[in-house]
Amino acid sequence: MLQIVLTLIIYLIIVIPVGIYMYHIAAGKHTFADPVFNRVDGVIYKVCGVDPNKKMNWKQYALALLGTNAVMIAVGYLILRIQSIAFFNPNGIENMEPTLAFNTIISFMTNTNLQHYSGESGLSYLSQMLVIIFMMFVSAATGYAACVAFIRGLAGRTKDNVGNFFVDLVRITTRILIPFSIVGGLLLVWQGVPQNFSSNTIVETLEGAKQAIAQGPVAALEIIKHLGTNGGGFLGANSSTPIENPTIISNIIELFSMMLLPGACVITFGKMIRSSKKEREKAESGSTALQVEKRGVVSRIFGREGRTIFLAMGILFIIGLGVCFWAETQGNPALEEVGLSQSMGSMEGKEVRFGIAQSALFTTTTTSFTTGTVNNMHDTLTPLGGMIPLLHMMLNVVFGGKGVGLMNMIMYAILAVFICGLMIGRTPEYLGKKIEGREMKLTALCIIIHPFLILAFSAIAVAVPAGVEGITNPGFHGLSQVLYEYASSAANNGSGFEGLADNTAFWNITAGLAMFFGRYLSIVIQLAIAGSLMRKRFVSESVGTLKTGTISFAVILVFVVYIFAALTFFPALALGPIAEHLTLWG
Amino acid sequence: MSKSEKKKGALHNVKQAVLVTVILLVLCGFLFPLLLTGLSSVIFPSQAGGNLLTADGETIGAKNVGQEFTEDYFMKGRPSAYHYNTYYEDAEGNQFYSDGSEFSGLASGSNNYAPSNPALAERVEADIEKFLEANPDVKREDIPTDLMTASGSGLDPHISPASAEIQIPAIAKASGLSEDQLREIVADNTTGKVLGVFGEETVNVLGVNLDIAEAMGLIDEQGKK
Repeated sequence: MLQIVLTLIIYLIIVIPVGIYMYHIAAGKHTFADPVFNRVDGVIYKVCGVDPNKKMNWKQYALALLGTNAVMIAVGYLILRIQSIAFFNPNGIENMEPTLAFNTIISFMTNTNLQHYSGESGLSYLSQMLVIIFMMFVSAATGYAACVAFIRGLAGRTKDNVGNFFVDLVRITTRILIPFSIVGGLLLVWQGVPQNFSSNTIVETLEGAKQAIAQGPVAALEIIKHLGTNGGGFLGANSSTPIENPTIISNIIELFSMMLLPGACVITFGKMIRSSKKEREKAESGSTALQVEKRGVVSRIFGREGRTIFLAMGILFIIGLGVCFWAETQGNPALEEVGLSQSMGSMEGKEVRFGIAQSALFTTTTTSFTTGTVNNMHDTLTPLGGMIPLLHMMLNVVFGGKGVGLMNMIMYAILAVFICGLMIGRTPEYLGKKIEGREMKLTALCIIIHPFLILAFSAIAVAVPAGVEGITNPGFHGLSQVLYEYASSAANNGSGFEGLADNTAFWNITAGLAMFFGRYLSIVIQLAIAGSLMRKRFVSESVGTLKTGTISFAVILVFVVYIFAALTFFPALALGPIAEHLTLWG
Repeated sequence: MSKSEKKKGALHNVKQAVLVTVILLVLCGFLFPLLLTGLSSVIFPSQAGGNLLTADGETIGAKNVGQEFTEDYFMKGRPSAYHYNTYYEDAEGNQFYSDGSEFSGLASGSNNYAPSNPALAERVEADIEKFLEANPDVKREDIPTDLMTASGSGLDPHISPASAEIQIPAIAKASGLSEDQLREIVADNTTGKVLGVFGEETVNVLGVNLDIAEAMGLIDEQGKK
């Protein structure tokens, strides 16, 4: 318990400087490292023919994003299909089959990292690098770029300039992801994560048996897997393996790596909104009569609006973590019955070095920050412990990965303003803009897509034999496996109830589609909302304006999120994890 | 904008998309892993190579990867669906696990039994019976949870100190070493919580067994690669 609290406190301290750095990158402000990076970026722009001063409106931005991602998908798919060539392939891995390659490439481009293959036997080192590591960088950078463009739209400095996609993509990669990855990667190697190009080692054991031990460029993949909230492991069992995650220190490094940037995104949001508001006030009141606002330390760092969002996400996170930790410490009554003491909690599927506390923390974090890396097997979690990761992927707003969580949370904020507006009988406003019919329609569409993808695909899967064949656990847990797979796909999370036998044409294709639509439909709609809000005039605050930069609005936001989740997902959850819990404990 | 200008603009965008892809592919997918490999082979050569351990000069395993042990005088780890990738090979080159089933190639993971899956309770019950047979002085309710449950990776190198302690009497009998000697070995291979707070106390099973082998005179010296 204490270690969970301490870990979170350390996180709250280190997220602040990272957030400030990220704000400087996103806003194009000066940083200490500019002399180096300006040169690097300059060369890249020159080679690629990118004009860094060219502005894009939301449509051009979305188009550039989609086009670039399409090119990346094509290149990656090709490499997977020809990976058997003898180049960086010491273990003699074969080419990947088409439906699996389709699933894999969509999975990594959309930052989902759902894996229907096992890294040990499915990918050559060349693919691990040129497809997986590459995609881990660019899919994360794509997500953050979209988020930064979205925030620029909300901050509303101009009528139609949301930035330049290529510039955002390059800056985020060279200034944040690569330097952080080099430092973090070295730390992981220090803790014992292998980083080499040797073939797997075969040793003779003390008893004269043989043992195969995995090798490869693991640390390079491992660090960006977490920093970019990607989550796809080098090995089948992901970060639960002592190769990818050998010690408690490596575990905490990985944990912080995946929490840092999504948290920093909220700080970036708060700061950008605040600085734009300040500028507006300055312009309105003239430079002489500057309003002196009384502000606490927290809202100075996060900005008022950022603080509200961070707080709402934090409340959702802590509630989930509490339930998951409690459920896992209770153990498994079915094992108690056969005489195995459950005093250590439910240890099936968990590593001794992490125990219950760090496993529950990692599980809640990976599904809240939509990473999908696992340090224990989620399929073996207790029913309620396993419901939390499932629920957080269904919510898809608890921090969320690579900026997308923030964008989703803003959707709920708009919804909350709308509902409150109806209650107090005023036109809803958010961040100084009127929320009207067009925005509400787009918001509603955006919010409904996610449950629709999860529930519709789950319904299909349990209705057709090709889907049911994948289920490996009997009873209610079987439905949980199906729900988890699609929730993970639609939320672009990528963790799994790994028991599911999902490497079949049916699962490869349906999960691939869920990932694709879950990612790109939301991004395009959200950019459209930002584009629509940008064109509106700022309305001045009056007494009747619902203040959104408050703690009470954060609480309202939490309720709106839970109510919406209950309305859409409760029946499915009742038939899956809740029913399983009742049979075990009944 | 005229039609031809629009077409030119679109072409320019495609060119940018392709070139950015290629540049980032080389930078992130190739140069970054290469650079990290170079740096780590200089700064942390042993870790970068996978922390391999040697006995009498031969590589016998990795510090962080668990191994399956069957001899009475060795300490046992947790059950693993993939037998820790430990396998045997006969004269014809057939590869099989200790239970006779075919070796499936390098893998990791667990059976992924849900808590409510009857197969889980069956497996645990069978393992308990086997363990009680090998350790006749142990009472069923004293067996620690971790020793009878499978890890997530199937490669967990650790067991809890309680799981090590409970095996000591039987190992002492089989190995001829005294219980105190074994307790000392276990203590040498126990790692505490980081700063006394983070993580759990763990015993490295391969480390214990290397020390047992050395104490029994099965090997002369152990080292790191």
